[in-house]
Amino acid sequence: MIRLEVNGKGYQVDVAPDVPLLWVIREHLKLTGTKFGCGIGMCGSCTVHIDGKAERSCQMQVGDAQGKKITTIEGLPENHPVKKAWIQEQVPQCGYCQPGQIMQAATLLNEDPHPTEEKIVKHMDGNLCRCGTYPKIKSAIRLASKGGGK
Amino acid sequence: MKTLSRRQFLKMTAGTGLSIAVAASPVGFRLLSATELEKEDAAVQLSVWLRIAPDNAVTIMVNKSEMGQGVYTSLPMIVADELDADWNNVRMEAAPAADAYKDPAWGTQATGGSTTIRHMYEPLRKAGAAAREMLMTAASQEWGVPVTECAVSQGKVRHTKSARFLTYGRLAEKASHLTVPQNPTFKKESQFRYIGKAIPRLDTHDKVNGAAMFGIDSFVPDMLYAAIARPAAYGAGLASMDNAAAQRITGVRQVVPIYSGVAVCADTINAAWKGRDALKATWQDGRYPQLSTESLEKEFISRLDAKGVMARNDGDATRAINAAAKKINATYVLPFLSHATMEPMNCTAHVRADGCDIWVPTQNQTGVQMLAMKMTGLKPEQVRVHTTYLGGGFGRRFETDVVEEALTISMSTGRPVKLVWKREEDIQNDFYRPANCSAVQGALDGEGRVTAWSHKIVCPSIFSRVFPRMMKKGIDPAAVEGLENMEYEVPNVAVEYVRTDTPVPVGFWRSVGSSHNAFTVESFVDELANAAGKDPIEFRLTLLKKHPRARRVLQTAAEKAGWGKPLSKGQARGIAYHFSFGSYVAQVAEVSVNQQDGTIKVHKVTCAVDCGSVVNPAIIQNQMMGGLTMGLSAALKEKVEFAKGGVKSENFSDYELLRMSEAPEVDVHIVKSGEKSGGIGEPGVPPIAPAVANAVFAAIGARVRRLPMKPETMLEAMKQA
Repeated sequence: MIRLEVNGKGYQVDVAPDVPLLWVIREHLKLTGTKFGCGIGMCGSCTVHIDGKAERSCQMQVGDAQGKKITTIEGLPENHPVKKAWIQEQVPQCGYCQPGQIMQAATLLNEDPHPTEEKIVKHMDGNLCRCGTYPKIKSAIRLASKGGGK
Repeated sequence: MKTLSRRQFLKMTAGTGLSIAVAASPVGFRLLSATELEKEDAAVQLSVWLRIAPDNAVTIMVNKSEMGQGVYTSLPMIVADELDADWNNVRMEAAPAADAYKDPAWGTQATGGSTTIRHMYEPLRKAGAAAREMLMTAASQEWGVPVTECAVSQGKVRHTKSARFLTYGRLAEKASHLTVPQNPTFKKESQFRYIGKAIPRLDTHDKVNGAAMFGIDSFVPDMLYAAIARPAAYGAGLASMDNAAAQRITGVRQVVPIYSGVAVCADTINAAWKGRDALKATWQDGRYPQLSTESLEKEFISRLDAKGVMARNDGDATRAINAAAKKINATYVLPFLSHATMEPMNCTAHVRADGCDIWVPTQNQTGVQMLAMKMTGLKPEQVRVHTTYLGGGFGRRFETDVVEEALTISMSTGRPVKLVWKREEDIQNDFYRPANCSAVQGALDGEGRVTAWSHKIVCPSIFSRVFPRMMKKGIDPAAVEGLENMEYEVPNVAVEYVRTDTPVPVGFWRSVGSSHNAFTVESFVDELANAAGKDPIEFRLTLLKKHPRARRVLQTAAEKAGWGKPLSKGQARGIAYHFSFGSYVAQVAEVSVNQQDGTIKVHKVTCAVDCGSVVNPAIIQNQMMGGLTMGLSAALKEKVEFAKGGVKSENFSDYELLRMSEAPEVDVHIVKSGEKSGGIGEPGVPPIAPAVANAVFAAIGARVRRLPMKPETMLEAMKQA
């Protein structure tokens, strides 16, 4: 039995410890905002926070996530400045990669509330968007760093 | 055909307010309300497009798939505007697969070809306007005043003289008993409340909070997860597998050989994937063991010597070229491309004796329904297609291959089945954008005027598989799209098509033929301008005297980009324009090239678009930004590699997509022409590759005639410059 703390809630899941955290979050806990994109940690669609750090949940075994605070897109408050900025900037198109983008961006602003353009790009470069929303993601992060969307 | 019966419709609408149904008839659409239906033949096919409930909620059924292009917002905007609804009360629902939700222009329920606004604008305005007139009539009857004294605004009918108003919700029931006007009066453009405005999308909130349900998010009680072991080479049969080893994996329930491989079905996705690994399936060599990137390219280039079919033949290009003062020749080579939607292919299906449910991110509801009917023998009303959000489509989700697999597995297991492809399966089992090559000859007279353009394209056929009836004289419309209808005013033009099919399956990829032909046409025009010693924009404008919309997008993009103004050292601009899907788009790219390692940096792209009438300018801007970014990804990085008779590329590690660090700043300008609506999902893609290649030429004098413009390709082009 694996014990997890996700979005402040305790869960017990009957899975093998080597199952990727991604599939436990999605298929067992039904928190489907975290997405599967590539399975090799190269697209960032599965990004969640582990003890406040952005991690690729497809690359982490669920056993290693025990005892840690896991936050998914559903657990990031709706009034979080990054979410508000994403809405104000109307970032999503198909929307599939956006939970991962948002989770990735949120940790940047925790580390550095006023990141430079260069720092934004470096921090976000592991997250792919096929719809090509990159310019909008950048402006949403800039907006959030200025105190966020309305 | 899946439609509501009259009884169902009445039951559904009784006491719930006003519903406007649309009945398909041979002459087009008839609008109906519940009461009118009493008099109708029970066999009439109808579906509700618009519902106004007593609580003022206005629900609009959207018959098109949302894959990022904003139709879940733009279509409701059209109805809400004519209705003059309060936008805060507007909801949308995805329409099920049913005859009445078929695209009126196509006769099929599908999303593609950048047609949604073009096909749905009129019918939806009509539904909204009819409901508005009925609500006004209901109010005038309630008050006993002439309807001419009534006016609407934001969900209310007002009688100004007596300072009274009634909400739509309050009037809905009464209005539902009125006759639906068949030819309601449309608003004037100046009266639009929503159309033409940057209304925020209805799907943003859910997409930002992880609540939007994509195909991969479908769950059905008691379902099995399926994973398919597949051959690496085309046409390869199964050589061996260890069925028992797969069965030993905890959670694996069944191993089912199907037509495309071996399906391992399990209680969890992880068990299904582990079971697939344990299966250790090995495969024979396949039907084309020699097939590789090199063999394919060699074949395409050798076919340039073959005789093709003339797709266009104005004047006498050969004679004009022979008589030319200056002749220019160029050969362009373009690769196969993968769609690489962020959401991998998936489908959840449940086939039972008496019915079938399919949850799928599809662009092709009718295709999915017909396939299921064919496979199961069920009737249309027994096949329910649930369209989810699409995590990217780009044409890939017009195909129904993943649905066929899910249905097959559900039928043989007797269980609901969720099939999710791994990224590797997705990259390796695509219907690719066709690779192709073009040999182009141009002729200039003594004054540098273009006298002839002779263009031969070698390209596989998409339509012969997908829409064979649209093949004309052996010509695939996609292969010559943007080429045979090229607008440059040249007296002698020859376009020849050499169909060359290979074992590699091909399909529609965002902007289809224009995705490659814009590159060859716009690169070659630039080569001609250079040979004539003229400015690339001036040169184009002299060839477009009778094409004012093309001229305007070129001039707008040039002006906004500061064409001719100095740039930082090492940077240069290039321009390209293309007409596709009813819209004109011009783009100016600002680039610099690192001449040591051959990398290209695109700093900024200025885009001008004329798509006729504008429904939502914010969505148009985003589609331009997204289209050119995807086009740039292909232009700089994407090429599917083949080896040993199959696809070699596997994942984002070797099929790389553009990342944020490579994405340019984008500046989009909408040119208003007042013309009828053009498409918007695709036309942003085609001009970017040639705009960048032309900018590279301007920057370093090297002409790139091969995509993608990877560093090794660039270094090679520089050597030849």
